[in-house]
Amino acid sequence: MTGEIYRKPVMFAIVATVVILIGTAITMFIPMLTPQMHPRLENLKPFTALQLAGRDIYQREGCNNCHTQTVRPLKTEVMRYGEYSKAGEFAYDHPFLWGSKRTGPDLARVGGKYPDAWHYRHFENPQAFFAESNMPVYEWLKDNKLDPAKIEAHMKALGFPYIPEDIELLKDKTELDALVSYVQVIGASVTKKAVPMATPAVTEKEHISNPFAGDPKAIAAGKNIFAKNCAVCHGENAQGDIGPNLTDKAFLYAEGDVPDDDYFEIINNGTTPGMIEEGRTAKGGMIPFKDTLSKDEIWSVVAYIRSIQGK
Amino acid sequence: MSDYQYDNETVKGFIISSIFWGVVGILVGLWISIQMWAPSWNIPPYFTFGRLRVVHTNGLAFGLGIGAIFGICYYITMRLTKRPLLFPKLARFHLYLFNAAIALAALSLFAGMNQSLEYAELEWPLDVGVVILWVIFAVNIFGTIIKRKEEQMYISLWFIIATVITVAVLYIVNNLSIPAGLFKSYHLFAGVNSANVEWWYGHNAVGFIFTTPILAMFYYFLPKSTGIPIYSHRLSIIAFWSLVFAYLWTGAHHLIYTPLPDWIQTLAIVFTIFLIAPSWGSVVNGFYTVGTDWSKMQTNYLTKFFILGITFYGLQTIQGPTQGLRVVSQLIHYTDWVPGHVHMGTMGWVTMTVAASIYYIIPRIYDTEIYSEKIANTHFYLVLIGQLIFSITMWITGIQQGALWKAVNPDGSLKYTFMETLVRNYPFWKMRTVGGVIFTIGMLFFIYNIFMTIRKGKSLAAAKA
Ligand code: HEC
Ligand code: HEC
Ligand code: HEM
Ligand code: HEM
Repeated sequence: MTGEIYRKPVMFAIVATVVILIGTAITMFIPMLTPQMHPRLENLKPFTALQLAGRDIYQREGCNNCHTQTVRPLKTEVMRYGEYSKAGEFAYDHPFLWGSKRTGPDLARVGGKYPDAWHYRHFENPQAFFAESNMPVYEWLKDNKLDPAKIEAHMKALGFPYIPEDIELLKDKTELDALVSYVQVIGASVTKKAVPMATPAVTEKEHISNPFAGDPKAIAAGKNIFAKNCAVCHGENAQGDIGPNLTDKAFLYAEGDVPDDDYFEIINNGTTPGMIEEGRTAKGGMIPFKDTLSKDEIWSVVAYIRSIQGK
Repeated sequence: MSDYQYDNETVKGFIISSIFWGVVGILVGLWISIQMWAPSWNIPPYFTFGRLRVVHTNGLAFGLGIGAIFGICYYITMRLTKRPLLFPKLARFHLYLFNAAIALAALSLFAGMNQSLEYAELEWPLDVGVVILWVIFAVNIFGTIIKRKEEQMYISLWFIIATVITVAVLYIVNNLSIPAGLFKSYHLFAGVNSANVEWWYGHNAVGFIFTTPILAMFYYFLPKSTGIPIYSHRLSIIAFWSLVFAYLWTGAHHLIYTPLPDWIQTLAIVFTIFLIAPSWGSVVNGFYTVGTDWSKMQTNYLTKFFILGITFYGLQTIQGPTQGLRVVSQLIHYTDWVPGHVHMGTMGWVTMTVAASIYYIIPRIYDTEIYSEKIANTHFYLVLIGQLIFSITMWITGIQQGALWKAVNPDGSLKYTFMETLVRNYPFWKMRTVGGVIFTIGMLFFIYNIFMTIRKGKSLAAAKA
């Protein structure tokens, strides 16, 4: 650098501008002009009016300050949350909501993970589910009606397709309805691939019986696991709530007992709507625990369920 | 004395405004730090964590940061060009508009008007206001520099010019949006592209709000308060150009392991590592300057503010590039480690240097001495302790969190549920609040000291008249 430039402010400003624009152009402007920055998965759909209204609320409430929406391609992260995020999932995300801090869990795969009822309850009082959660209560969203005209304007601004009935439908909906509808569509474009099982399937010997059946220590441990993981849906005493009653002899809405390994499988793998198990049809909503509970823990909780059945 | 008057009133106005908004921002910081371990401190709808966190970051980046930058850069520019501002009335208007904009910005964020782009949350009508503020600033700075009375432009002016240009480019591009009503808009960019634009902006907002203007202050006030000239002019030339060149390539280090194309991430990581060099150019320059006479650390109370400030800047600019590495990022990204990093920079470097600059300026404007060096020293140690508690607790809990998220049982299943990893943060989050309270008390000492200095200056002036 010659000393000259430090006496010529205009020259200096021009040179400085060029210097900052080089990195800007190469890492930001030029990629923007190429298709690699605009990928779109085939089955990705634009947001519906109700979902967009929910997304607006997500932005307004700053949920992204506690929740990320991108699963990194790291082994334990995929186990915890599901399939890692793909560039093509976000084509309609104005702006992206990946976030930068995980005070709460990642939400990229939360769509369809729980039944709607779970979310309503959770938003109304997260601490009722997890006493030590620090997520704020969002019950008050129930009291706010949506404004269809505003949402229509938002749909128009983004050029998302809708029919007048979609807007008409918003009239009786609350902000909480919208938020749940948005949360349920997050990540929906990535078909949930069956993640390879971390635990081997039930062995021949176990098929005959639960290795921990009747073991008081395992039952006590199972009770603990149940309180932490299952009570939110099946009720504190397993008498049923969002999920069915586990203390009766019915299994998936039909009378007649099933062997222990069916219990193991349903806890390990969860259910999807329409899935057939022992000739009975599931409605979906039971979540898989294969990545959060070890095999022994699942058998313990089965032992616990057996111990309270018929009481 | 010269035959002209520096426009001290505007400088003073900006300094006092920035202190005011700083207090608001810091109190909100305390509030959200409590909400993180006591959710009952959320008061819906306006004061939940999701809304308040944004008030905290914007209040401090824009209210404290930019307010101080406007005022102090005006001060420095007038001294270095040896003339008053070219448009003093415009500068006064700038001050009023600034305060109106920040007040409206705070209200709009409480109300949940939020673009969800970090550090660019303000909705579009306010963006227009910010651009107007910036244009006024640019016109006055450039005008004054062009009409300067001193041929050579000192280092601080380079940093100020780079700041003015770069922030303008960053702010305008990242805020391009599709308006969907008076208080709602959507980012013009979508998905991966939206992320890339945002973090190009976000990282450089740190670079050109929390780094270059603060370096301008450092290069000006360190020699002024110690009476020792900057050690190496040549080093500052190299450091300046390589810093402003390299910064703009590195935004994607905030997006490591996301779906952003790998080559952009890798390129960003390479430049991120390179950034150590120009950053340390300034650190070394600062140390060597005072190194010619370390007794200044004892004889001049301001020296330690600047030296500690640049030390934290030095640590920050080693820690930052480390965080950019993939192997480190996969552990600490998304954890509390990052707020630990952030607050070492904002509390230890930015606030420390800004406070020292204000200590230098205020007595000179009022033609008096600082009210109490003892109080200034108390302020110094309190903010130092507060910041260290904050950063160290967050580093520990951040690493713990990262490790627990990855922990697996011998059979390959995850060892901890999310809740089990969350509850282990609570003791550290509580300690962070304690650190924050200590820091806040330190800042109150600072404010009291400044307030008393102004009072002293005013009564002296009245006595003379
Ligand atoms: C203070 C941080 C914080 C804020 C703000 C916050 N959450 Fe949460 N969220 C959490 C934590 C912690 C959990 C885990 C414990 C629980 O389920 O309550 C969680 C859990 C969730 C879950 C369940 C995820 C799962 O996989 O089990 C959903 C869905 C959710 N939050 C949505 C939201 C939405 C939508 C908002 C904004 C309206 C929001 N959260 C705001 C902290 C937060
Ligand atoms: C998110 C809510 C939720 C959680 C948490 C949950 N379940 Fe379920 N569970 C369900 C739902 C819903 C069904 C019904 C499944 C269907 O129809 O597809 C179900 C079904 C079952 C069944 C089949 C029983 C029957 O009588 O039909 C068993 C057994 C079971 N759950 C055990 C557990 C255990 C053990 C845990 C904890 C480790 C657990 N569940 C946690 C929601 C949940
Ligand atoms: C009493 C002092 C302070 C307290 C208690 C405090 C507290 C907090 C808390 C709790 C968060 C949220 C962290 C999280 O989400 O995990 C935060 C974020 C932040 N604060 Fe502060 N803060 C203080 C001072 C400051 C100062 C002085 C500045 C700037 C000059 C600042 C700038 C920021 C920024 C930029 C973030 C966002 C960090 C990120 O996104 O990772 N804070 N602060
Ligand atoms: C060479 C210099 C620096 C480099 C390379 C650097 C690098 C980084 C990286 C990689 C992150 C992302 C961490 C993650 O999310 O995993 C980060 C976050 C951050 N850094 Fe630095 N840093 C530097 C200096 C500074 C300085 C001086 C400050 C001043 C305050 C600062 C403030 C921040 C803030 C506010 C964030 C949080 C962004 C967010 O997620 O909201 N950094 N930095």
